[in-house]
Amino acid sequence: MILDVRDLHVAYGRAEVVHGVSLGIAPGTIVTVIGANGAGKTTLLNAVMGLHPSRGQVLFEGRPVPESVEARLAAGMCLVPERRELFAAMSVEDNLVLGGFLRSADERRETLEEVYQRFPRLKERYRQQAGTLSGGERQMLALGRALMSRPRLLLLDEPSLGLAPRIVRDILQIVADLRRIGVSILLVEQNARAALDVADEGHVMELGQLRHSGPARELAQNPAVIETYLGFHAA
Amino acid sequence: MDGTILLFLLQDGLTNGAVYALLGLAMVLVFAVTRVIFIPQGEFVAYGALTLSMLDAGRFPGTASLLVFAGAAAFLVELWGLRHDLTAARLLRAVAHYLLLPALVWGAVWLLMPAAPGQFLKILMTLAIVVPMGGYVYRIAFRPLADASVLVLLIAAVGVHLAMLGLGLVFFGAEGLRADPVGGDGFELGPLLVTAQSLAVYGVTLLVMIGLYLFFERTLMGKALRATAINRIGARLVGIRTALSGGIAFTLAAAIGGVSGILIAPMTTVYYDTGFLIGLKGFVAAIIAGLASFPGTVVAALAVGIIEALASFFASNFKEIVVFSLIIPVLLIRSLASGPGEEE
Amino acid sequence: MRMMLSSRRLLPALALILAVFPWIPGVPAYWVTLANLIGLASLVSIGLVLLTGVGGMTSFGQAAFCGFGAYTTAVLSTHYGVSPWLTLPVCLLVTGVLALPLGLLTVRLSGHFLPLGTIAWGLALYYLFGQLDFLGRYDGISSIPPLSLFGHPFYSDQDIFYVIWAFVLLAAVAAGNLLDSRVGRSIRALRGGRAVAESFGADTARAKLTVFVFAALLAGLSGWLYAHMQRTVNPSPFGLNLGIEYLLMAVVGGAGHVWGAVFGAGLVTLLKDVLQRILPVLFGGSGNYETIVFGALMVLVLQFASQGLWPLITRRLPAPPAKARVGASGAATLPRRQRRPAGEALMAVEAARKAFGGLVAVNDVSFAVRTGEIVGLIGPNGAGKSTTFNLISGATTLTAGAIVHDGIAMGAVQPRAVARMGIARTFQHVKVLGDMTVLENVALGAHLRGSAGVARSILRLDRAEERRLLAEAATQIERVGLGELMHAPASSLALGQLRILEVARALALDPALLLLDEPAAGLRHVEKQALAALLSRLRGDGMSILLVEHDMGFVMSLTDHIVVLDFGTKIAEGAPAEIKAHPAVIEAYLGGAA
Repeated sequence: MILDVRDLHVAYGRAEVVHGVSLGIAPGTIVTVIGANGAGKTTLLNAVMGLHPSRGQVLFEGRPVPESVEARLAAGMCLVPERRELFAAMSVEDNLVLGGFLRSADERRETLEEVYQRFPRLKERYRQQAGTLSGGERQMLALGRALMSRPRLLLLDEPSLGLAPRIVRDILQIVADLRRIGVSILLVEQNARAALDVADEGHVMELGQLRHSGPARELAQNPAVIETYLGFHAA
Repeated sequence: MDGTILLFLLQDGLTNGAVYALLGLAMVLVFAVTRVIFIPQGEFVAYGALTLSMLDAGRFPGTASLLVFAGAAAFLVELWGLRHDLTAARLLRAVAHYLLLPALVWGAVWLLMPAAPGQFLKILMTLAIVVPMGGYVYRIAFRPLADASVLVLLIAAVGVHLAMLGLGLVFFGAEGLRADPVGGDGFELGPLLVTAQSLAVYGVTLLVMIGLYLFFERTLMGKALRATAINRIGARLVGIRTALSGGIAFTLAAAIGGVSGILIAPMTTVYYDTGFLIGLKGFVAAIIAGLASFPGTVVAALAVGIIEALASFFASNFKEIVVFSLIIPVLLIRSLASGPGEEE
Repeated sequence: MRMMLSSRRLLPALALILAVFPWIPGVPAYWVTLANLIGLASLVSIGLVLLTGVGGMTSFGQAAFCGFGAYTTAVLSTHYGVSPWLTLPVCLLVTGVLALPLGLLTVRLSGHFLPLGTIAWGLALYYLFGQLDFLGRYDGISSIPPLSLFGHPFYSDQDIFYVIWAFVLLAAVAAGNLLDSRVGRSIRALRGGRAVAESFGADTARAKLTVFVFAALLAGLSGWLYAHMQRTVNPSPFGLNLGIEYLLMAVVGGAGHVWGAVFGAGLVTLLKDVLQRILPVLFGGSGNYETIVFGALMVLVLQFASQGLWPLITRRLPAPPAKARVGASGAATLPRRQRRPAGEALMAVEAARKAFGGLVAVNDVSFAVRTGEIVGLIGPNGAGKSTTFNLISGATTLTAGAIVHDGIAMGAVQPRAVARMGIARTFQHVKVLGDMTVLENVALGAHLRGSAGVARSILRLDRAEERRLLAEAATQIERVGLGELMHAPASSLALGQLRILEVARALALDPALLLLDEPAAGLRHVEKQALAALLSRLRGDGMSILLVEHDMGFVMSLTDHIVVLDFGTKIAEGAPAEIKAHPAVIEAYLGGAA
């Protein structure tokens, strides 16, 4: 397991929103957590990254994760948050360069080339301000910035949010491709069908707990899973 | 008013404006990185000017002792912050940064003083005393409030202003001081005498502006500082230690303040509270430029200097009133442009 | 609210202590002098607590208003020989008249620009006091006559002590009364609840101006007293440093507590006195060394007790006696809107369009809500639901198209006007005022059903109306089933209860149409069921409801009619059963990777 989360509890003040979640990610696989708004998915990811304090165990590559966000980043974890959190008033290239803030100048240069190869669109727009990009390009930039840190585990929070269906497909294709270069992925999504299509394994989260777990293909056929999203069976 | 007087006024305004510009630049820098509206920026000017003047007068500058106190206070705050995860390495770093460094500066000043050091060395000593204070001020007052609103940070800044003003009085006393004039003659330009001192002011302002521009646009650390201001969460997610950014910004601000103080020390008599008014005028300029643009701040600062010079000619008694009233319409326009500032 | 309760308990005790204080044997005369200084500072800081702590407007410039009061009486009583008592109304008038334009300017400043603005005019006014010839420039004006009563002049500190503290108690009571009223609720909504107040018809810009002028008048009063106590004025006590000190008192005392203001004024004044005696001995020389401690105190309080020190003290006091219960019955009730029969046309959205720059968020959407029905507006993330909702609630203006309610086109109206048309809303991200009780929160919803203004509130002439408003609020709270929690602070409620509280608040407007913005978001299953039951009961009472919702199960089981948006366009409309089977809807929800 590259990531092993054991009995994780997360609370905001006195209100606990994640109640004892356990999940594991095998190296080179995509695991998705799907669920409705407010199920606690984002909180789970933030806690794994160290943005929010939590109770329980998080093991990365067999060892307990360090305390701070930057130490987890240096260890090889990287979060692409739901709101992307790009540096809107800075250029595409500056955003990418800062993604490699913890890496050496050489590594940064090398990785930048790789990212540009993976996202030719970003290379075309390297001087453009991040805030002026389209939704799909912004998501690409967020992914590219994350790759600049040379992660072995990516935590993706709703990469499809607010994107047109065609672009969602492109983005998830990119995510699927990342697996091939050995990056493991924890993908949190509301777009259940799309997420289950690319994932190896899936979990359904409801009210801070994992309700259903299993291979992604099986979950996609599970009537209870469809129920969570539409409140009725697809015709 | 004839042309010559106008020229004199313009020259005077430009020189003052250049000093205001330095302070405005520092405030934009601090605000950009930490969202602190750093009202006490002017206190660093007074500290710088008075430290240099005391060195000139052959007196041991009280600011050296103040630095030791500030370092010790910052050390305690740091210890309190680390109380849950204190490691030997962190403790050592804190000791070096907050206790050893000020002690070394204090010792160096104490050793060098009797040797009647030259002008250059005195300037270096002044900077060594004033610059580290910026980081300590940040550590003590602002880092614990890093997630507070701009408003709370502003009130805290006013508190820091009060404290620094009072400390200035303790260490410098109420009487004003003036540093020895710097060597080097000026030259005549038409009816105007351009002094070496004013040339130094223009030069330093230009250098600081260009330096800040290059730092923020060309260096990774500069970009990281900007990134922190634009999006704190984003900055944390790429591994920028936002607390470090704040410390760097305040240290730079103290450096700019100290340099400004060194520049004005020979030109005017500086009292412990002189810095505040100068700082506020730089601040008026920074606000006019939206606390966002370095070149904009310089232009606005020069305009403030010139308006002040003209006001002092036409209505000398009312020049402060004119300058401070000037900011209200600017604030109003900025408010209307930024929309309803709902629910902060 | 704690503020009002503690004032009721404190007032008689405090009045008694004050009455005997100067006569207690062994009390040095100097203590009375200090008490006078505390009283003068209290007046300013009570105003500042209302302005900053309650109203959310941080002012560093209050000392300038003291200057208005002090200089007005100094000029009138020395140059023109006007009796000091007669100058009081003039002082208040001058302060008010000068504060009004300053206030109009200041309340328009947003965020941190506002305190910066107060620093700017605070400084400018200080220099102005020092430059004007008729104010005696920096020398000021001296030999101001003392106050006198029945020919007895108040030269001593003991004499003026009673005058000062009588005004302090009056000011505290007036401030308490003002906050505990219809106007007060809109003032207390200024911090964090402006959108709510506006949605229920309160004019928050006016509320801001009201507290600004009120605070200025108290400072002006303090200045008037100061002039006749010191019997000399010069610009120095009206500068920025004192302005900062007053703010420190409010911050230390605790933003939002009237008696905290008096406490803060006392603490800072006494501290200043002690420090002014000790520090010069320590440091040698003379000077205002106390500013070091004040600055540190300010920063420490912000870091460790952002609510000020007063709440730390009240927490240790015994619990206040329960407030008189407001029942749903008994008091005369407010008139109600006449219910229309179900099924009539009520509100229609006609080809509504909203473009943000090039992005069309709502693309010619049309639908209607009839009386007595629940209409659901659904769609995937980013479909334009919230924008459509904002168009109807007046939070956003239409680019094109029309929204007609009750036969009247709403055009480009503000939320306040929407409320007046009988449309009440809830918020997606719950907006309640945490330190107000459930009852007070709901009473804010009934704002438009009362009319009492500032003067009636301060003089307590609004009590009959206030009883009716609170009774109405209580009725709605009982109606939604929160009766048990009526007097609990809203911050103690769970999310599900808060959403229901928002419904009660909306009902207090007596609306013709209820707009609910994602009412089920974040609710647990049982909470959703309770909410659904409540909404269908309201429909049974003839209420018309439009709700934006994410949760399909909730919408399907509750609504009569559903409108589906995707990418800003209406893709389907009909009864829940039709929507379930609609291919475009299934594509919009399950699509994406299909």
